[in-house]
Amino acid sequence: MRRNRAENDASHIKLTRRAALLGGAQLLFMGGLAARMRYLQVDQADQFRLLAEENRINIRLIPPARGEIFDRNGMRLAENVPSYRIVMVREDAGDVDAVMARLAQVITIDDETMARAIAEIKRSAPFLPVTIIDDVTWDDVSRVSVNAPALPGVTPEVGLTRVYPRGSDFAHVVGRVGRVSQADLDALENPDQLLRIPQFQIGKINVEAREESLLRGSAGTKQVEVNAAGRVMRELARREGQSGADVQLTVDAKLQGYVQARLTDESAAVVMIDCESGDLVSISSAPSYDPNLFIGGISSKDYDPLLQSKYRPLVNKTVQGAYPPGSTFKMLTAMAALEEGIMGPDDTVYCPGHLEVADRKFHCWKRAGHGWVDLENSLKQSCDVYYYDLALKVGIEKISAMANRFGLGIRHDLALSSVNSGLTPTKEWKRKARGEDWVIGDTVNASIGQGFMLASPLQLAVMTARIATGREVTPRLIKSVDGVEQTSGADGSLGMNENNLRKMRRAMYEVVNDRRGTGYRSRIVADDLRMAGKTGTSQVRNITTAERARGVTSNADLPWERRDHALFVCYAPYDKPRYAMAVLVEHGGGGSTAAAPIARDVMLQALYGGEPPLDAYPKGDQARIKNQQERLRDIQPQAAIKGKDQA
Amino acid sequence: MSYLEYSVKSVPTGFRKVLHLNWPLTLLLASVCGVGFLMLYSVAGGSFTPWAEPQMKRFALGLALMLIVAMIPIWLWRNLSGIGYGVSLLLLIAVALVGDARKGSQRWLDLGFIDLQPSELMKITLVMFLAAYYDWLPANKVSRPFWVLLPVVIIALPTALVLEQPDLGTSILLLAAGAGLMFLAGVHWAYFGVVIASGIGLITAVFQSRGTTWQLLNDYQYRRIDTFLDPSADPLGAGYHITQSKIALGSGGWTGRGYMQGTQSRLNFLPEKHTDFIFTTLAEEFGFIGGISLLGLYALIIVFCVATAVMNKDRFSSLLTLGIALNFFLFFAVNMSMVMGLAPVVGVPLPLVSYGGSAMLVLLLAFGLVQSAHIHRPR
Repeated sequence: MRRNRAENDASHIKLTRRAALLGGAQLLFMGGLAARMRYLQVDQADQFRLLAEENRINIRLIPPARGEIFDRNGMRLAENVPSYRIVMVREDAGDVDAVMARLAQVITIDDETMARAIAEIKRSAPFLPVTIIDDVTWDDVSRVSVNAPALPGVTPEVGLTRVYPRGSDFAHVVGRVGRVSQADLDALENPDQLLRIPQFQIGKINVEAREESLLRGSAGTKQVEVNAAGRVMRELARREGQSGADVQLTVDAKLQGYVQARLTDESAAVVMIDCESGDLVSISSAPSYDPNLFIGGISSKDYDPLLQSKYRPLVNKTVQGAYPPGSTFKMLTAMAALEEGIMGPDDTVYCPGHLEVADRKFHCWKRAGHGWVDLENSLKQSCDVYYYDLALKVGIEKISAMANRFGLGIRHDLALSSVNSGLTPTKEWKRKARGEDWVIGDTVNASIGQGFMLASPLQLAVMTARIATGREVTPRLIKSVDGVEQTSGADGSLGMNENNLRKMRRAMYEVVNDRRGTGYRSRIVADDLRMAGKTGTSQVRNITTAERARGVTSNADLPWERRDHALFVCYAPYDKPRYAMAVLVEHGGGGSTAAAPIARDVMLQALYGGEPPLDAYPKGDQARIKNQQERLRDIQPQAAIKGKDQA
Repeated sequence: MSYLEYSVKSVPTGFRKVLHLNWPLTLLLASVCGVGFLMLYSVAGGSFTPWAEPQMKRFALGLALMLIVAMIPIWLWRNLSGIGYGVSLLLLIAVALVGDARKGSQRWLDLGFIDLQPSELMKITLVMFLAAYYDWLPANKVSRPFWVLLPVVIIALPTALVLEQPDLGTSILLLAAGAGLMFLAGVHWAYFGVVIASGIGLITAVFQSRGTTWQLLNDYQYRRIDTFLDPSADPLGAGYHITQSKIALGSGGWTGRGYMQGTQSRLNFLPEKHTDFIFTTLAEEFGFIGGISLLGLYALIIVFCVATAVMNKDRFSSLLTLGIALNFFLFFAVNMSMVMGLAPVVGVPLPLVSYGGSAMLVLLLAFGLVQSAHIHRPR
C-alpha cells in the first residue's frame, strides 16, 4: 500500500507532537519523583535516620549479682548459687524430636515437661534459646556436656538464684526475694528497667526488701544490633554493671539457730541486744518458715498451712507484734516516780491485796496482799498495788514520757518490715483515738503494763538494755555494708539519777536471785554471770495498736488464745551487762514458768558462745537441762539446712 | 514513510550494522545494569551469590540477544509482530491452565531451560502489534470508532488474562502502555476524555455509594481498597513495608550511609530488598545523590528513545520505540512511586536493576528492537 507524502508527513508531525507531549509528561513525573526523593532524603533525613537507629539498636540489660548477706561472724545468710537449666536452639538442633528423644536418654525429663518444651521450641523463633528444663543438677549438666556431639543445639546455661542456707532461722530477719510483681512495679514511681527483666528477683520483706537499693546493684547494659526478626547480629558496646553490696548483719547465726531450735513448738519471740553496741545478736520469731520455698513461687500446698496456722508463722512477733508488757513495765512506772522525786526507792507502800480507786477495786495478783513493800520488794514479788499507788501520784503523762525515753512507744528504725511502734497512751491520745476522756482507772492499768500500754519484744529488750546501762542504747541490725562499718544510733546517757538506776538494777537482781523472787527458778548460778530480770504476765490477748485504736474487742474462741502471754526481760551479767533480752511466749501462761527458762538458756548460750556447762545451772535443774541440751543438739543442724558455713 | 518507500541500499549491512548501533543508549543500559549488580552484591551482604552472579550471566545473555535482535531488519520484526502477539496470548492462556504458582499467583511457565513469565513477553509484543496496526491503518481511519475498538480489544484481552493471575501491577502497565500507544498514534482526544471521565465517574460512584442503600461493593472489598490506598492504616501488614522503605530512603540523607553500610537492608528490615525494593537499598547506601543519579540515567534513556523515535521517519519504528520507552518509564515510575510511599504496593520491579531473569531478558530484547529500528531507519 502506498501513501502520499503529504499524508505521511502530516501523521509524522502529529506523532512528533504527541511524542513530545507524552515525553514531557514523563519528564514532569520524574521531576516529581526527584522532589519526593529530596523531601524524604534531605528534608526528613534526620527523623528517618533516628528511626533507622531505633530499628537497629537494641539495648539489653545485664542483671547485676545481688549482694550477699552475712551474720556478724561472716556466716552466709543469703547467697547466690548457680542454678542450671538446659536450653535448646531450634535452628542448631535440626530435628527437634530426635534430639529431644536422645536428651531424654541422657537425663530424666518427664513426659509433660518434654511435651511443653517441644511445643514451645516449635513456636519460638528458630534462633531463640528455649528452656527445656529448669533447676537441674550439676550431674545433669555434666552429662549433657559430655554428650554434646549427639545433642546439637542443646546447651546447659547457668544463672544465679537466691538461696537461704540457714533456712527458717532467718525468715524474719533476712526475709526473702521473689519475682517482681505488677504490684511492685506500680508501687514505684520510676521503676528501674532491671525490674522488667523476666525472672528478675527483688527483696519482698525484711532486710532483703528494706536494703533493696544496696543489695540490688546497678544494671550493666550492652548495645546490640538486631535484625528485623530480633536476632542479635553483634554487640556494639558494653557497660558493666555494679554488683550489689554485701550486707553484714549484727545477728549471730549460731545463736539464732539455737534460739529457733529452743523455741520449737512455741509461738514465741526472743530479742537479744548487745548492751554495749546496741547490736541485735538474735531476733527470733517462732514458728518460722523456710524462705527458700518462696523463691520460685510457693505452692498453695505449702502456703495454706502457713496462712492458717494459729501460731501465725508468717508474722514477725519480735517487731510486728505489740503486746501489753504486763509487769515488765513496772520498772518504768517506778522510774517515773523516782525521777520526779515523788518517792525514794526505800519509801514503802502498804499492800492490802487491792486498791480502791474511784469506786473501783483494783486487785493485786496476791489477794492476801504483800504488806509494807519498798521498790526492791515490790519488784521482786511483783506487787501491783505499789505501782498503782505510784502511778496515781505521778500521773500517766509522766509515765508515758518515761516509757518513751526507755524506747517504748517509739518506732526503732530497723531494716525489717512492719516495725511496730507500740503504744504509750496519754490523755490527749485517748481523746483523739477513742473520743473518750482519760479515766483514773486507765492510769492504774497502765502502771502495770496493762490496758492501753503496748510494746513489742524489741522495745522491751531495748528498755532492759537502757536500764542496765543507763545509756540510750539504740538497736542496730546492719553491721556493715561492703565492709564499711555502719554507725550505731545515739548512745548518750539517759540522764537518769544513777542512784535510782542502781536501786532498780538491784531490785531486778533480786527478782531472779532472791529465793522469794518471781524469777528465782530461772537463776544463773555461775558467779560472774548472774542475771537480773523481771517476769511479766499480761492478761490481754494479743491485740494490734490499730485494732485497739479502732476499739475492736472481738473475743477469741479458742482456749489457747485466751491464755495469758508470758514475758521475761533480763540482762546479764548483773555487774557488767553484756546482753539484754526480752522473751515473749504467746499465751504461754506465767512469765516465770514459760518465758524465764527460755531466757536463761539463751542468755547462757550467748554468754558462753555455745553450749554452756551444766554447773551454770542450779543443781536441781541440771539433769533436766542435760536432757534438753541433747535434744536440741539434734534439732539444730536440721534448722540450718544446706549448712554452708564460713565465708 | 514506510520502509518499502526508501532505498534499502542505504541501510548498513553485515558488520557495519554494529557501527550504526545506538551506542549511547547501549552504554546507558549497561550502566543501569551495572548499578543493579552493585546493589545485588550489597544486599547479599557483600557476596556475588545468590543474586549478583546469576544476574550478570543473564545480562550477558540479554546483551547478546539484544545485538542479535538489533541485527535483524526492523521490517522483519514488523511482519512478525502479529505472530508474536498471538504466541504471547496463547502462552498467557497456557499459564492460566498449567502455570506454576509462586507467591500466590500463577505467572510462570516452566519451559525446561528457563522459567518464562509470558506477561513480560506480552509487554513487548503488545506494543509491537499495536505499532504494526497503526503503521498499517491509514491515518484518516485512526479515530473512527471501529478502528478504535479493535486496538481496545487487543489491549483488553491480555490485560484481563494477567489480571486473572492475579498480577495487578503488570496489567496496569499493559493497559497504560496500550493506551499510550493509541494516544501516540493519534487517536482523537475525545476518546481519552470520555474514558477518563467515565473512569473517574465510576470510582466516585463506588466510593459515594459506600454506606448507602445502593452500595456497589461489599464491606470487605472496601476495606481492602482502604489498605491498598493507605497502607499506613495497617502498620504491621502492608504498611510495615512502606514504613520501613521510607525509613531506609530517608536515613540515606544526602550522601547515603556508605556502600554496604545500609542497616535497613542489611538487617532485613526491608522486604523484597533484592527485587521490588532494591531502590531503597540504593537510596539508603548512596543517598539522594545516588538516587537522583539513577533517576537521571533512566531519564536519559527515555530522552534518547524519544529523540531517535522522532527522528525516525518510519512510522512503525517510531511507534515501537516510543511504546517501549513508555513501557520502560511506567516500570520505574510505578516502582519508585511505590517505594517512596506515593503509590500503593503493586509488585513491579525496578527495570534492569531488580533481580529477575525474565524481566531483564525481555527488556534487553525490547531495546534490541529499538536498536534495530535505529540501525534500519530510512535515510
